[in-house]
Amino acid sequence: MTTIAPEEAAQEAAFDATVAAEERIEPRDWMPEAYRSTLVRQIAQHAHSEIIGMQPEANWITRAPSLRRKAILMAKVQDEAGHGLYLYSAAETLGTSRDELLDKLHTGRQKYSSIFNYPTLTWADVGAIGWLVDGAAITNQVPLCRCSYGPYARAMVRICKEESFHQRQGYELLLTLSRGTDAQHAMAQDAVNRWWWPSLMMFGPPDDESSHSAQSMAWKIKRHSNDELRQRFVDICVPQAEALGLTLPDPDLVWNEDRGHHDFGSIDWTEFREVLKGNGPCNEQRINRRRRAHEEGAWVREAAAAHAAKHGKAGR
Amino acid sequence: MTTTPRPAESRASGAPAEAADARPTDWPLWEVFVRSRRGLSHTHAGSLHAPDAEMALRNARDLYTRRSEGVSLWVVPSAQITASSPDEKDAFFEPAGDKPYRHPTFYEIPEGVHHL
Ligand SMILES: [Fe+2]
Ligand SMILES: [Fe+2]
Repeated sequence: MTTIAPEEAAQEAAFDATVAAEERIEPRDWMPEAYRSTLVRQIAQHAHSEIIGMQPEANWITRAPSLRRKAILMAKVQDEAGHGLYLYSAAETLGTSRDELLDKLHTGRQKYSSIFNYPTLTWADVGAIGWLVDGAAITNQVPLCRCSYGPYARAMVRICKEESFHQRQGYELLLTLSRGTDAQHAMAQDAVNRWWWPSLMMFGPPDDESSHSAQSMAWKIKRHSNDELRQRFVDICVPQAEALGLTLPDPDLVWNEDRGHHDFGSIDWTEFREVLKGNGPCNEQRINRRRRAHEEGAWVREAAAAHAAKHGKAGR
Repeated sequence: MTTTPRPAESRASGAPAEAADARPTDWPLWEVFVRSRRGLSHTHAGSLHAPDAEMALRNARDLYTRRSEGVSLWVVPSAQITASSPDEKDAFFEPAGDKPYRHPTFYEIPEGVHHL
């Protein structure tokens, strides 16, 4: 049992009251160390996911089928870089440096969403990612706009505004393919078949196995359980898939009148854990590419710093 | 109480390193303010790292105005911001607390009196 100094007890009470009153905790407020480290871990993982997530889609920029699609895809990938930066800034307000976070990503000590360890095999994957992966991200992220930590909540507001274009461009892309030739339709269906289950895994392990959930809910970092959000996503996707003229690859997917929700098949959590452990199809490629980009960009950062020093304009 | 100026948002930035021998990622932190349209004040949008003010402005444009969110940008080194201390919040703002007569609603005006 630990004894808490009276001063700290008062600070903790003030913190608890602020959270309970649905007010936001701001960077210079006192906060429990575990709250701080939970946020750093979550925001960092989120930031890493945004920038690693640029890779599977960037893979298709040079091969986009039209200038319109190419411009859209570039804008989307650029947005993801921006999302990463908003989130790194939010993490920095908690007392970690960006260096430290990037270093932890590059050395595998912090994770990113395992969805980005799957390959983008065809052009239709760009559509499936926009619709399903960004769609799942939105379902996860909208409640985070009310997260108890101010800078994270504010970053999420910006991100959510931008995400809706991501999802819609993906949906429109799939719709175009689905209504195209037989081969295009088949390509769209194949992409949905491959991305559906990994997208459902994006909500994290089932509630009874989710280790951090209860505390995060108490701190109002998290507002809904993994299973609740996953269910919400499934219910949203079913009519959208119908409108696309595509099927979701789950024979057990059926409307349950009593629950007022869709029942769906069980998720292969072994696959999830394998990908998380580093044994997904692209884990190595993603992290190597990330490290290389960082190393090969070093001269640009050095040149900019040298230029700033020479002209005495370095911000101080 | 905190007497040293501290960045408004960041706890981490501390004193930015001298640019001359800085590792690139020691680039200082800048706070970004955006005027969304004429007639409105600049509002804090977020922060970013940049080696100098000029680059901070360019980065701010790319990061915070990708959808024409602004007609004017300010960038300020985070370390230059002096903030009130959250620990003293109540005492610091207390003088305003007992002066309701600073608000128009404090005064009772007879029915039928207009434009007041
Ligand atoms: Fe994003
Ligand atoms: Fe996105």
